[in-house]
Amino acid sequence: MNAVAAIDPTHAASQRLRERAFRAATFAAALLVLLLLGGVAVSLLAGSWPAFSHFKLAFLTREIWNPVTDQYGALAPVYGTLVTSLLALLLAVPVSFGIAIFLTELAPVWLKRPVGVAIELLAAVPSIIYGIWGLFVLAPVLQRHVQPWLIDHVGPVPLLGKLFQGPPFGIGVFTAGFVLGIMVIPFISAVMRDVFETVPDVLKESGYGLGATTWEVIWQVVVPYARTGIIGGIMLGLGRALGETMAVTFVIGNAHRIGSSLLAPGTTISASIANEFAEAVGALYTSSLIGLGALLFFITFSVIAAARLLLMRLTRKALSTA
Amino acid sequence: MSRRAVRKVTNLVALGLSGLATVIGLFFLAAILWTLLKNGLAGMSPRLFSAMTPPPGSSGGLLNAIYGSVAMTLIGILIGGPIGILAGTFLAEYGRATRLSTVIRFVNDVLLSAPSIIIGLFVYELLVVRMGHFSAIAGAVALAIIAIPVTVRTTEDMLNLVPQGMKDASTAMGAYPWRTVVSVIYPAARSGMVTGLLLAIARISGETAPLLFTALNNQFWSSDLSAPMANLPVVIFQFALSPYPNWQQLAWSGALLITLSILVLSIIARVAISSLSPGGRR
Repeated sequence: MNAVAAIDPTHAASQRLRERAFRAATFAAALLVLLLLGGVAVSLLAGSWPAFSHFKLAFLTREIWNPVTDQYGALAPVYGTLVTSLLALLLAVPVSFGIAIFLTELAPVWLKRPVGVAIELLAAVPSIIYGIWGLFVLAPVLQRHVQPWLIDHVGPVPLLGKLFQGPPFGIGVFTAGFVLGIMVIPFISAVMRDVFETVPDVLKESGYGLGATTWEVIWQVVVPYARTGIIGGIMLGLGRALGETMAVTFVIGNAHRIGSSLLAPGTTISASIANEFAEAVGALYTSSLIGLGALLFFITFSVIAAARLLLMRLTRKALSTA
Repeated sequence: MSRRAVRKVTNLVALGLSGLATVIGLFFLAAILWTLLKNGLAGMSPRLFSAMTPPPGSSGGLLNAIYGSVAMTLIGILIGGPIGILAGTFLAEYGRATRLSTVIRFVNDVLLSAPSIIIGLFVYELLVVRMGHFSAIAGAVALAIIAIPVTVRTTEDMLNLVPQGMKDASTAMGAYPWRTVVSVIYPAARSGMVTGLLLAIARISGETAPLLFTALNNQFWSSDLSAPMANLPVVIFQFALSPYPNWQQLAWSGALLITLSILVLSIIARVAISSLSPGGRR
């Protein structure tokens, strides 16, 4: 790059050409990201069309799933997906909240990093590892110690007790929700920690200045300030839990029915696809499974998109006040 | 109790619970690693790396599965990495504040957390149906699609860390933007971008769901990219759920192998990132 080169017309022309080529390449790659999401949506809709046009709305409202008579309804897997994800949030939200508070407000500086990294590593562990651990370690423990207790003590309670009836299977909806909860802890706590850190020190210090305890500052200053981010983080975790496949497939028991008890085996959308897709014979069977995938895509897309929009708005707010 | 005492006790209980939550989180990580070590180490032997996956009842190893996993992960990152880096470059340099970039950033974030089994279905429709059979290349493409959003995100973040002054200096010398990107910005952000690629590799090398109906599995050695190929995650899935003790043992060993490699990769990547960030060493 010297002065002579800059005024050499052929060199300048080749530079302009390369500039155009490079810019076009980056632009094409960026557009590809858009095309991917569009492609996923279109291919799922196209693949599930035979099932949707054959069963119409009944696909969404029927519990039956019978490859022999070629009758398929999505109700059981959709129900399983929603229930396991909600159970997961019941476990993960309080724990993640505690971890985020510990990391931002309590931990001494030397402890922050190692604990933070360890929690993040929980997110790096592949989901199949959670599955095999859940099946061979967690499920027996729950079956022997936790589920009998729930059946004896929560079972007799009116209404709530209905959820904890029947024998302790070990594998089932309850165990799947438990494993999912462990899996989404790192995702939710990471977002919560990040939004807690955006709370200006001045706000917290004015709380302490008024004589508030650490907990009062957290509950009355930090949490209200970070509310949007907390909700965004929880929804991001929900998005993860809804679509998680392998961990659930190992421990849910794969029964296409809606049991009134949480301890009974069930199935989720992703577990049904993982278990049956490669062996599915017949166009309607395959198409119904892809239809399940389309439903999952629609549900998770709505949840994740809402979470991202909340978090995006938060970043803009942080930028404008900074 | 006085009001003051109540407030103090509430404070202690709440903070104690948050400490307990952290212990719970760490406990699960320790429990999982301990189970893997206990069950996986028993099966560690040279045969694991020299023999093929066996039929039920006879001894064997995981060589074909290890090879398949490494091959598909590498091809996946070779396809997804460059696309992700180019798209990240567009977001950080060319399209910075345009509305299109905001949309792409949003879509990328959605893809980042999209269920991987959906990507598997997409590639099944895109490649497996058209080719008429399962294949390693379909598996690699599925992994590439999962690697792209990760790479886009880290690339954009890392390019944004490069000081504006360096870019301005290059522009002032008459360099075209592409020259500035390639000769100034990429070298300055190199270690961060490599870290991003490592994280993407860590993410895709444990993925199971998208391989189930793209690469499928193969009991034998195969280096043919247009045929089904063995891979560690799917082998672990099938062997762990089988009733045969030797298959289950191989599943545990494979699980230990894959988890250790991913954790080591993630730790290296994190250490590298922390030494790069403004709050870090430089």
